[in-house]
Amino acid sequence: MLLARLIDEAALRQNRMGRAPFVVPVSGHEGCQIGTAWPMRLGTDVWVPYYRDLGVVLVAGMTPEEVFLGIFSKAGDPSSGGRQMPAHWGYRRLGIVSHSSPIATQVPHAAGIAYAMRYRNEDAVVGCWFGEGATSEGDWHEGLNFAAIHRVPVVFVCENNEYAISVHQDKQMAVRDVASRAEGYGMPGVVVEGSDVLACFRAMREAHDRARAGQGPTLIECKTYRYLPHTSDDDDKSYRSRAEVEEHKHHDPIDRFVGYLIGRGLTDHERIQSLHDELKAEVDSALTSAWDAPDPDPALVGRHVFAEDDR
Amino acid sequence: MSEKTLVAAISDALHDEMAADDRVMLLGEDVGARGGVFKVSEGFLEEFGEDRVIDTPLAESAIVGVAIGMALRGLRPVAEIEFADFIHPAFDQIVSEAARMRYRTNGDWGCPMVIRAPCGGGIHGALYHSQSIEAFYAHVPGLKVVMPSTPADAAGMLRSAIRDPDPVLFLEHKKCYRLIKGEVPDDGATVPIGPADVKREGGDLTVVTYGFELHRCLEAAARLALDEGIEVEVVDARALAPLDTETILASVRKTSRAMVVYEDNRTYGAGAEIAATIAERAMFDLDAPLVRIGGPDIPAMPYAAPLEHAFMEPEPDQLYVRMLELARF
Repeated sequence: MLLARLIDEAALRQNRMGRAPFVVPVSGHEGCQIGTAWPMRLGTDVWVPYYRDLGVVLVAGMTPEEVFLGIFSKAGDPSSGGRQMPAHWGYRRLGIVSHSSPIATQVPHAAGIAYAMRYRNEDAVVGCWFGEGATSEGDWHEGLNFAAIHRVPVVFVCENNEYAISVHQDKQMAVRDVASRAEGYGMPGVVVEGSDVLACFRAMREAHDRARAGQGPTLIECKTYRYLPHTSDDDDKSYRSRAEVEEHKHHDPIDRFVGYLIGRGLTDHERIQSLHDELKAEVDSALTSAWDAPDPDPALVGRHVFAEDDR
Repeated sequence: MSEKTLVAAISDALHDEMAADDRVMLLGEDVGARGGVFKVSEGFLEEFGEDRVIDTPLAESAIVGVAIGMALRGLRPVAEIEFADFIHPAFDQIVSEAARMRYRTNGDWGCPMVIRAPCGGGIHGALYHSQSIEAFYAHVPGLKVVMPSTPADAAGMLRSAIRDPDPVLFLEHKKCYRLIKGEVPDDGATVPIGPADVKREGGDLTVVTYGFELHRCLEAAARLALDEGIEVEVVDARALAPLDTETILASVRKTSRAMVVYEDNRTYGAGAEIAATIAERAMFDLDAPLVRIGGPDIPAMPYAAPLEHAFMEPEPDQLYVRMLELARF
C-alpha cells in the first residue's frame, strides 16, 4: 500500500515537473486494491485490471521501475512499449491482461478467460477490477451475466469511489450498493469497507475459494475514495468540496492498517518510518533509471499490427 | 472434390477444424440446439458438446468480448453474429479490443479469433437483415476482413481464418449460401487470406468485385464473351483487408480498362478504396475512365420486392451494358 502511495506521489510530481504528460492517481484506493489482489496466486491466476489499479499490478509482480517505464512511455514499458497512455496495464508474463480506455470492455474478456480455464479444468481464477462508473456500461452487464450463467471462476471487484470522473454515484445508479445488482445475475454480492485492507482480503479470499470450488463468480464492492483528481488532467475542485476530500482522508487505508499493526504490537512507528524510507529510496531509484531508459524507436511505429509484423 | 453449396462448405470446414483441434470453440445465438439459423452448426452440439458449442445470451458485445477472453487464454474461438446487421453493438469489442490487442501490447498479447457474420441482401431481409458492413471494419488496421464467395474459397479461407494468429471478420453473403454451388477439395486444403483471385481471365476489361456481385459479374462477362467476343477479366478481391492491390493492378495494367462493382452503399464503400488504388497507381495505364458501381446511398435495403430490386441494381443485364460501354469507350 505504501509503495503504491509513494509511486503515486512521485508520479504526480513528475507530471507537475512536466516530465510525465499524464498520470492516473491511486491514493485512497490502496486498501481495496492490495486487499483484493493479495489472495490471487502469482503465476496461476489472471489479472484483468483497470487504469487505477497500480496497487493490483504491483501485487501481480510489476516492479516500480516498470511502472515508471510506462509513466515515461519508454521502449521498455512492459504494458505497451510506450504505445498506450500510462496506467493502461498489460503484461503477459505476469498474467496481466491488457485493457483499453473504453470503460468495462475488459469485463467480457474476464468471463471468456474464466470460461477457457474451466473448459480446460485449470485450477485458476480471474480477478477483474473496475470502478462503479463501469457498472453502467452494457459490457459490464453482459460480462457478469455470461460469467454467472456458466459459473466460471472469476471474481468481479468494484472499486466504488463515488465518482466517475465528476459524476456522482447518485446520477450513475438508483441503488445504494453496486453489490445489490449481483442478485440479478444469480451470484453473491458483497460490500466491504475499502479502507480496511484485511476486510477486502477476506472478502476476496472467500470469493476466490468459491471460484476455485466451481461455485462461480462473486461481485465484491469496495467502498473507497480517491483523494486526487481522476487523472492529472482533471480538476476535481469543480465537482467536490475540499472538505469532503479531507474528511475521507481520515479513513486512510494505510493509516488504518498501520494503526492495526501497532495496536497489535506487530510493529512500531520506527519500523514503519524505516520501511517508508526504504521504499522511498526504491521508488526514487526506479524513477531515475526509468527516466534514463531509451525512448521507443519511431521507425518501429508500424510493427505489431499483425503477427507477421512481430519480427 | 465434392460439389457443395457455399453454406455446406462453411459448415464442413468448421466441423473439420473443430474435430481436429479442441481449442476451436463456436459461440453465438442459436448455434447450439437450433444448429444456427442457417444450419451451419447443425449436429455440432451433439458431436462436440455444450462446452464447445455455446448458445450465448442475446448480447453481441459479449459474444465477441467473451471470444476475445477465450483467445487470450489460448483457445481459438469462432464467434457467430447471427446477422451482420446485429454486429454493431460489438463494434467497440472488435475495433477497440480485438483489432488493437497486438499493437497496443507491443506484440505481447494476440487475439486469434474468427467472427463469422452472414451479410448482404437480396433475400427479403429489409433494413436489418441485408446490410453490408465490410467497409466499417476494413478501415481498421489489425483486423482482417474477408468475404469469400465460392464454396472452395469459403472452406479454404475459413480454415485459414481459424488458424490465423490475428482476428478475422469472416463475412458470408447470405444470397450465396444455397444459390452458389461449386467443387470443394476433400483434402482440407486452405486458401490463404490476402491474395485476390482472378475468377475469369480476359484481356479487354478488368472488373474488380466481391461477394454476391462476383457471380453477377461472371454471368454478365460470360454473356459478353458469347455475344460480342469481349473478354472481361473478373478479379474477386476475396479479402478486403488486407487488400491484394498487386493482383488488381496487374490486371488493370493488362486490360487498361477498370470497373469496380460492389453491393454496399457506393459512398465510402470498399469499392472506393479499390478505385482510389487504381487511380493512384495505374492512372496512366487506363484507356478509359474508371467506372465505380455501388449500391444507392440510402440508409439500407427496403423490404418490398420492387424496392429491394432497386437497391440490388445493377442486375447482370445492366452490368452487361456497363461493361460493353466501357469496353467500347
